[in-house]
Amino acid sequence: MSQPILIRGGRVIDPSRRADDVADVYLAEGKVASVGRNITGEDGCRVIEARGRVVTPGLIDLHVHLREPGFEDLETIATGAMAAAAGGFTAVCAMPNTDPPLDNQGAVGFVISQAQKAQKARVYPIGTISVGQKGESLSEFGELVGAGAVAVSDDGKPVMSSHLMRTALEYARTFGIPVADHCEEITLAAGGAMHEGLVSTRLGLKGIPAAAEEIHVARDIILSGLTGGHIHLCHMSTRGSAEMIRRAKHEGLRVTAEVTPHHFTLTHEACEGYNTNAKMNPPLREPEDVEALRMALKDGTVDVIATDHAPHHYDAKEREFDDAPNGILGLETAFALAVTELVRPGIITLPDLLYRMSTRPAQLFALPGGTLAVGAPADVTILDPDAEWTVDPTRFFSKSRNTPFAGRKLHGRADLTIVRGRVVFERGNR
Amino acid sequence: MTPAAAALGKDLLGLENLTREQIQLILGTAERFKEVSERPIKKVPALRGKTIVNLFFEASTRTRISFEFAEKRLSADTVNVGSSGSSVAKGETLVDTARNLEAMRIDMVVIRHGASGSAEFLSRRIRSNVVNAGDGKHEHPTQGLLDLLTLKDRFGKVEGLKVAICGDVLHSRVARSNIWGLKKLGAEVAVCGPASLLPSGIAALGVEVIPRIDDAIAWADALNVLRLQLERMTGGFIPSLREYNRVFGVTRERLERAGKDLVIMHPGPMNRGVEIDSDVADGPHSVILPQVTNGVAVRMAVLYLLAGGSPDWQQGGGE
Repeated sequence: MSQPILIRGGRVIDPSRRADDVADVYLAEGKVASVGRNITGEDGCRVIEARGRVVTPGLIDLHVHLREPGFEDLETIATGAMAAAAGGFTAVCAMPNTDPPLDNQGAVGFVISQAQKAQKARVYPIGTISVGQKGESLSEFGELVGAGAVAVSDDGKPVMSSHLMRTALEYARTFGIPVADHCEEITLAAGGAMHEGLVSTRLGLKGIPAAAEEIHVARDIILSGLTGGHIHLCHMSTRGSAEMIRRAKHEGLRVTAEVTPHHFTLTHEACEGYNTNAKMNPPLREPEDVEALRMALKDGTVDVIATDHAPHHYDAKEREFDDAPNGILGLETAFALAVTELVRPGIITLPDLLYRMSTRPAQLFALPGGTLAVGAPADVTILDPDAEWTVDPTRFFSKSRNTPFAGRKLHGRADLTIVRGRVVFERGNR
Repeated sequence: MTPAAAALGKDLLGLENLTREQIQLILGTAERFKEVSERPIKKVPALRGKTIVNLFFEASTRTRISFEFAEKRLSADTVNVGSSGSSVAKGETLVDTARNLEAMRIDMVVIRHGASGSAEFLSRRIRSNVVNAGDGKHEHPTQGLLDLLTLKDRFGKVEGLKVAICGDVLHSRVARSNIWGLKKLGAEVAVCGPASLLPSGIAALGVEVIPRIDDAIAWADALNVLRLQLERMTGGFIPSLREYNRVFGVTRERLERAGKDLVIMHPGPMNRGVEIDSDVADGPHSVILPQVTNGVAVRMAVLYLLAGGSPDWQQGGGE
């Protein structure tokens, strides 16, 4: 059993209990043992002084790509789980677009066993909706869940068949899991390299219109209404999507949504100079979209912040814009971007942010954690929300380096991350 | 570096980032180079000892040969590399190809490539001067410049002219370079074509959108008729070529109906009977062949200026 840990004198923010107070947190036997004033741990416990820092349930990311099995040169479950821990995450959900894809219990079990070996952040696999992500026939949800999958998604391959999506939403209800969808009407998006707008026109790049996402979002919302199934909309990027989700929630549908740090931070202008580190899918959109996504986070239309952490080898991004792969790293910059772009400008409070990065994600995918209630898993992060630092990709724990934020000054970072009562990350010379 | 090189920068990637003065400098220099091609011995020593690689990853007749003539008439040593028969066919990346060429100590690269931004991409990774000879749907700056020179020849100046760019603007690098160049020199610019072939937000570039070809003809002093890029038409942007010609084709009948003299340009290669009828292309108002002639002079000017040549190049003069 791991050594008990006493975290003393920090600002304890536990969104699950709406608590925000200076207190001690005592962790023993892998669980939260007590939270309160003047706790004295048993002899031999490790004491961590957290005065001036924030103690919170560990951050949880519902959307990462860890590339294993199949693309271990980009990331492995071990390096991804370490990058997660360094970013303050105690748990991440791994998308199934691996090779082979996570469409069977063997592959799901493999991810879980690799994560156990790594002993860093927890890794929860997401199974595929369809066999081979082909969009044709349903995967065996029962077996996927039995092996440890917490949700299903075909991720980068949007489910184009409305019938298949309907069936998935219905069938998933049996197991109480959400269906997470990457919303993209592919006939509209085909060949697109960035957001369709003034910048794409100037750069001569084929655009992906906002409508490509919104048509799919509308369909998924309608199917959620039809089936009563839980649809989770991945990485929302447009103001139109935000508006439709707001309306769906108002009508009481089981629709939840995530937004990435890059979509609430950057616009399509970031693609200027054919910057392939600004190439992603969905693409970076317009200032009005960024503004709408920030408001959607503020009013709860968007439930969670998720990173869509997408490692790529540096030379894959070192090429013509049309041919470069989509996606950027997210785990080691997410919290800082959220603090810098959302909390410091006063859009949301720090407790609200932690709700959207810990408590709420745990609720959506029914994961342990997201709370410091006594008896909860000892998944805890100590954050320094004021720390100023400059993004230097060469210091990332991730195997990859693809970020458009290199050189950017940010505020806020994780100092120490505890998973199952064990310290898995501790920042040196802070 | 001489003042001229500084004035133009290291590369010519597009007309968007050139100033009015830089464009005028190139056109003025081209004006002086025209005469070289009219001599019995078409050669000046301006780029003697310079090595230029022509990297053409897309099919091209006019542009490739025009660049090659420009280089040879300036006495540069040139090498042509295409995608077939080179390491590109073996999967070598663009940046590796260019770095390997540079390792052989070259001075300039002229690149034609199917991906937008490829010239800029290259320019940031090699020390040699890079000249964009057409990158995807982005820009084709020397074409834009030769179009400007041709208009200047015809009208005496570009300022105040009304130029309509007609056809497949969506896929056209020529259109983009023309829009920037014409606007910078004070022309009024309109685009005309089916809405499915006009890029999103084009009006924000400061051009008028004229939906019907007859209205464009009535409005314009000059038409720049773009090639319908049949090879990019897989998306089904128009129902058929026959209908395109009927609704958007520049025909003699339409020109006659307008009852005025109109200068007709086309960047080539033409689809006769699609975007332009033969009797218009070959007719009295067509400047399509003078465009080609001017192409050599413009490219000589660009190469010469990028290599650090003095803007007041005189007959027979070198550096």
